[in-house]
Amino acid sequence: MYSESKDLMLELIGEGSELASKLQTQLTAVVLGHDVKDQAKELIGYGAQKVIVVDHPQLKEFHAEPCLSALTQLTKQHKPELLLMGSTKRGKELAARLAGRLNAGCIPDCLELKVDEQGRLLVGRMVYGGNAIVTQIFRAKPQIVTIPGRKFERLEYREERKGEVVNISDIQTEAPRTEIVEVKPKEVVETRIEEAEVVVGGGRGLEKKEDFKILDELAQILGGQVGYTRPLAEDRKWFTEWVGLSGHTIKPKLYIACGISGVIQHVAGIRDSKTIVAINKDSEAPIMDMADYIVIGDLYEIVPALSQALRKLLA
Amino acid sequence: MVRILVCVKQAIDVSQLKVDSATRRLILVDAPRKISDFDKNALEEAIRIKEKPGAEVLTVTVGPEDAKTTLREALAMGADKAYLISDPIFENSDTLATSYILAEAVKKIGSFDLILCGEASVDSFSAQIGPRLAERLGIPLITYARKLSLEGDTVTAERSLEDCSETVKAKIPVLITVTKEINEPRTPSYMAIMTAFKKEIVMWKAVDLNIPSEKVGEAGSAVQVLDVLAPKVERKKIVIKGENTAEVAEKLAKTLIQEGIITR
Repeated sequence: MYSESKDLMLELIGEGSELASKLQTQLTAVVLGHDVKDQAKELIGYGAQKVIVVDHPQLKEFHAEPCLSALTQLTKQHKPELLLMGSTKRGKELAARLAGRLNAGCIPDCLELKVDEQGRLLVGRMVYGGNAIVTQIFRAKPQIVTIPGRKFERLEYREERKGEVVNISDIQTEAPRTEIVEVKPKEVVETRIEEAEVVVGGGRGLEKKEDFKILDELAQILGGQVGYTRPLAEDRKWFTEWVGLSGHTIKPKLYIACGISGVIQHVAGIRDSKTIVAINKDSEAPIMDMADYIVIGDLYEIVPALSQALRKLLA
Repeated sequence: MVRILVCVKQAIDVSQLKVDSATRRLILVDAPRKISDFDKNALEEAIRIKEKPGAEVLTVTVGPEDAKTTLREALAMGADKAYLISDPIFENSDTLATSYILAEAVKKIGSFDLILCGEASVDSFSAQIGPRLAERLGIPLITYARKLSLEGDTVTAERSLEDCSETVKAKIPVLITVTKEINEPRTPSYMAIMTAFKKEIVMWKAVDLNIPSEKVGEAGSAVQVLDVLAPKVERKKIVIKGENTAEVAEKLAKTLIQEGIITR
């Protein structure tokens, strides 16, 4: 398993150990970096049975080609049945290229991994903009799969766990083919929206960024968080993250969609919500098909009124 | 002269998909198709680069014969020439096999400075073709570009990643996958659509590219589909009505509390 993200790595170990026992094979984690020898102990504590640490100056910062050449060599050498990688943008690119080099298949963004009676790995993922779940199998090894964050749980850290550590420092690495000229960090949201039990979503029905305060108010009364749709982040640049197919997927107890039309890409990110409430002026909006409770009206009137009603009733 | 290749896919129009409600199976046979949305962004970007110093934009697709419609759309947007790689033996190819077919086509087309692809296809959204093609051709790759410029022999791109925005440079030839934020694709004028019919679509079959059957189709694929089912959707769709805003809001609030969806 490999992910450049440590949180994801731990989740991969969590899911990986279950699969490893079902497939009757060993769980090995790979660390790529420089001066990273002590990471092995932590990964073992979280459940990795074996950790291969590749320590090389070229691996200090993340560049695709050096990681790719290291992973390719390791895979050819150790011949794993299954390779789990994290579904970050970097991870997905790496997984696809690795599959290319190994003449293997790659299934990204898995929702479900099951082993059937024949011992085959069945992989489920969402396609057609969230309108379908496709179940696939591999016809070749290694089987490369990428797993999104927060889909699976990490195991409990236990100091007593033991595992094998292999340290490699003399590996052939390939030089990066692109040069990173500048990196501008994005504002990282403190609490993960995936953890919220209640989410109040705002879409293009909101006219100004400041208007979000009416959604903030509702979210606060419900002890929840506010979510945004992709156009508000990428087009209007009001926010840096969004809820939807290529952003965050959430499954809160309650999702209140305000001024959101409900295009497939957004719906794909909220479809597993337990209850969905839609507030929109347009009775024909696609979100109406996805909602449990519908209010046809102006969010600028309904949302504050809802906040007021709830405040009274919950007092 | 700068030469740009744009890979396009004739994807399933997901907004028009129908489901067999008894089995939850998707009706994919004869499902309406359209050019994949992100590929339009790739085409638009290529045409914008062409409008500045002057370049040639070629577009290529691997698909059934009726993928010609998608190519005509690409030509109408401003591509100069199109290539349709089509053969019955290509059917059911996964990304491993499809990237192989595309690579062979690109090698036959000859030299290029840039290859542009959408970040992923709108129907399967696996984002693999761009990276796999770059690997097969042994060229630098820049994924998730939201901004792009070509100056001399260097491409500069701004990548939108989860935790940061990265500006990268690479020497041509380069393969770049673009996000939908990079531009707003143009709608071709009537004149442009008419002119598109006069532009050339080259058709190549497996034999034209020396592609053996065992490297394509199901035989050449590493991943196989077992089933495609619609997820279960059972939403109540209850419309909350009232005389005025306050009444509606109160009804909704009471309902959510009564149903235990909101707890004190």
